[in-house]
Amino acid sequence: MNALLKFLAVTWTVLLWSTAPVPAVAGPEKWSPLEKDGLHDPQGPAIHELQQPGEALSQMPPDSVGNQVRWVEALRKGTINPRTNILPETKIQVLDQDLIYGNTGDNWFVLFPHKAHTEWLDCANCHERIFKTKFGATGFKMMDILAGKACGQCHGAVSFPLTECRRCHSIDPGTFKGKLGAQQAAGGKP
Amino acid sequence: MKPIGRGFWRLTMALALALCLGMDAALAEYADVVLNSQAEAQGVRPVIYPHWFHRIRFRCKVCHNELGFEMKVGSNQIDMNKILDGKFCGMCHNGDIAWGTEFCDRCHSGLPGLQTGIRGGSKSTGPGEY
Repeated sequence: MNALLKFLAVTWTVLLWSTAPVPAVAGPEKWSPLEKDGLHDPQGPAIHELQQPGEALSQMPPDSVGNQVRWVEALRKGTINPRTNILPETKIQVLDQDLIYGNTGDNWFVLFPHKAHTEWLDCANCHERIFKTKFGATGFKMMDILAGKACGQCHGAVSFPLTECRRCHSIDPGTFKGKLGAQQAAGGKP
Repeated sequence: MKPIGRGFWRLTMALALALCLGMDAALAEYADVVLNSQAEAQGVRPVIYPHWFHRIRFRCKVCHNELGFEMKVGSNQIDMNKILDGKFCGMCHNGDIAWGTEFCDRCHSGLPGLQTGIRGGSKSTGPGEY
């Protein structure tokens, strides 16, 4: 049974690698036009008044997955400057602090950059509803994330998908000598 | 090097299965949202909400914090009265920050019969970084 599982998994992995996308050629044809996306009604009277994804997204730092855009990079480079608030009284909070999660089984440790997340999101989007503020108090597994909980509320739905293991599991436990949890010096890669 | 354990294989399988299930919606742009709990029953096309269009112009926190949109599709009970009243979409779609509600067909632009939910293949056929 175990051998069969391994065989299937290896077959899958090879299949996935062999069909991996070629690095992006920037051009609007990478994105489906709205009238052919299977969602918009091509007969809709306002279809030609809407911006096409290819027109906007081809101008942004390219990626191979999701919207095929590196959203965090687009923000940092100033390619886009999306509004932070509508109400003048809203407090804008950005936290420059990395967390490192151990207990990742056979995989590498996870580096979570608060900065990249709080540039987009408010603290209240995660705390305390999805994640307790105290490090390690929440308790979630990769299976929960794959099921759309914890990180999976966004990753796999709107932010980069769960095929990109190494973007989160980016710390080699073999060479990591520091302490888990909140790091003193922030500024890890996004 | 540590031997690869059972957990890894289970995870790979789960990921492969998730990819398979996601493949039918490969054409829609990643994170497009269909809203049709009421639209079609009221005689208008379903709403297509493009995350990509909005996040070029607004950070997540604007809608998901200030405007009160939950992080799961279908969690908010929204109807046109609330929007006309300046709530949810109506906080911007008021002719001031964004186009007003008279442009019905720009939002109500979906094909008939679509179910409420988040769409869009990641267009990923495999890990981009390994």
